[in-house]
Amino acid sequence: MAETAPVLLDVRDLHAWYGESHVLHGMNFEVRRGEVVTLLGRNGVGKTTTMRSIMGIVEKRRGSIRFAGTETIDRPSDRIARLGIGYCPEERGIFASLDVRENLEMPPVVKPGGLTLDEVFALFPHLKEREHSQGTKLSGGEQQMLAIGRILRTGAELLLLDEPTEGLAPVIVQHIGEIIRRLRDRGFTILLVEQNFHFAAAVADRHYVVEHGRIVDMIPSGEVAGKIDKLKELLGV
Amino acid sequence: MTSIFDIPTGVLFGQLLLGLINGAFYAMLSLGLALIFGLLNIINFTHGAQYMMGAFVAWLGFNYLGLGYWVSLVTAPVVVALFGMAIERTLLRRLYKLDHLYGMLLTFGLTLIIEGVFRQLYGISGMPYAVPKELAGGWNLGFMYLPIYRGWVVVASMVLCLGTWFVIEKTRLGMYLRAGTENPILVRAFGVDVPRMITLTYGFGVALAAIAGVMAAPVFSVNPMMGSNLIIVVFAVVVIGGMGSILGSIVTGYLLGLVEGLTKVVYPEAASTVVFVAMIVVLLIRPAGLFGKGA
Repeated sequence: MAETAPVLLDVRDLHAWYGESHVLHGMNFEVRRGEVVTLLGRNGVGKTTTMRSIMGIVEKRRGSIRFAGTETIDRPSDRIARLGIGYCPEERGIFASLDVRENLEMPPVVKPGGLTLDEVFALFPHLKEREHSQGTKLSGGEQQMLAIGRILRTGAELLLLDEPTEGLAPVIVQHIGEIIRRLRDRGFTILLVEQNFHFAAAVADRHYVVEHGRIVDMIPSGEVAGKIDKLKELLGV
Repeated sequence: MTSIFDIPTGVLFGQLLLGLINGAFYAMLSLGLALIFGLLNIINFTHGAQYMMGAFVAWLGFNYLGLGYWVSLVTAPVVVALFGMAIERTLLRRLYKLDHLYGMLLTFGLTLIIEGVFRQLYGISGMPYAVPKELAGGWNLGFMYLPIYRGWVVVASMVLCLGTWFVIEKTRLGMYLRAGTENPILVRAFGVDVPRMITLTYGFGVALAAIAGVMAAPVFSVNPMMGSNLIIVVFAVVVIGGMGSILGSIVTGYLLGLVEGLTKVVYPEAASTVVFVAMIVVLLIRPAGLFGKGA
């Protein structure tokens, strides 16, 4: 299955800078179609910067990022999104001037094959109940669901989820884990940034460990148990 | 003649109508400013000059090309918007990441240049522009005399302002605009061509100013300084309404026009300063403006 599927996202020797500060020092990894892959690592090692570089939000970036065979390193972020990548930022980015329904409808459809609004509501019934509330009036967990839900409609095949469990109660983390599994079953490819490796191990196929802006290890989910001590050391938990 | 509080009703309603007309111009201009400030983060000081350019393009069109009022009502905003979008693409675009002050200085400098050029070419005495014959004359409403053209200005500006408000609040384009005002980076990362949206928004805001200019041409005379006389009051309107608030800028525009008109009846000496007094009071009590969301 996933091991033989074609590579959807191929990142080679990716460097990125915030102003003068050199944050990514040659990231190399790939995500195959249909896989759920995580970037694990401590705070500040460059996981979010990697997501923002793939999305074209970090403007100073070098190396190669190929999505479905198309080089995106020189593209502006709107043209990267239109290739079929959906982004759920760490800060969630819910729009205060839009209600829940408008937040869900805001990202333009970039390709056919996305979920309908009703399917999104079926996945997140809470959002349906609060359809006409202001987006930022929702609880943290609901906002997270809104941030994930709105990129499912667009037809994006690859979802970038930046710490979707951060700061959420365990029961909501469990719910989000369930959602990720269902999205995987529907054929979405997912790149996940996580610090919570128990959560990551439960939902993902493979894990890349990030340190100082580089990938230092790749662990398939089946081998997490055997490497748990090494992982704990790397993640500082 | 009937009267209310010893003020003849004809005078009262006459001044209220004048106030409403001024309010119509305030509303159209402050709406454009609010739109531009919201998305571009730029305080568009050129707005008054662009209003003046609208009037001039109409005047030039009539005198050199024989274009009538109705044609100019469409062509003048297009011409001035194209000029504005060229400025956005070449100059304003470089300033978005800087402090507001830079945008204000640049657009203020542009205003001086544009007004200087027009003053050099056309002097400052002002040129007449005839009321279109379809709207000439007036109606006697019994309690007051209503020049048809002035009624048209009030109605047309309301339609324009409400139409703009509707597009922003109720359409997909407006949704992009509201979201882009909050977080342009994320909106772009969802696949919206935000730079193009910014250019078009600036163009639209400028077009509103130019339409106001065309509408103003038959009411006031067409002269190079007509914008700078008006724009100071309009900035006060924007501050009172709350920077960047769309509905606020519209409502406040009409409201302050009416307040000005009333002041002319009650205490004429204060008519030209009442807007600024209102601005000071609002800044002291509600610094974010009447319709602003927090400071």
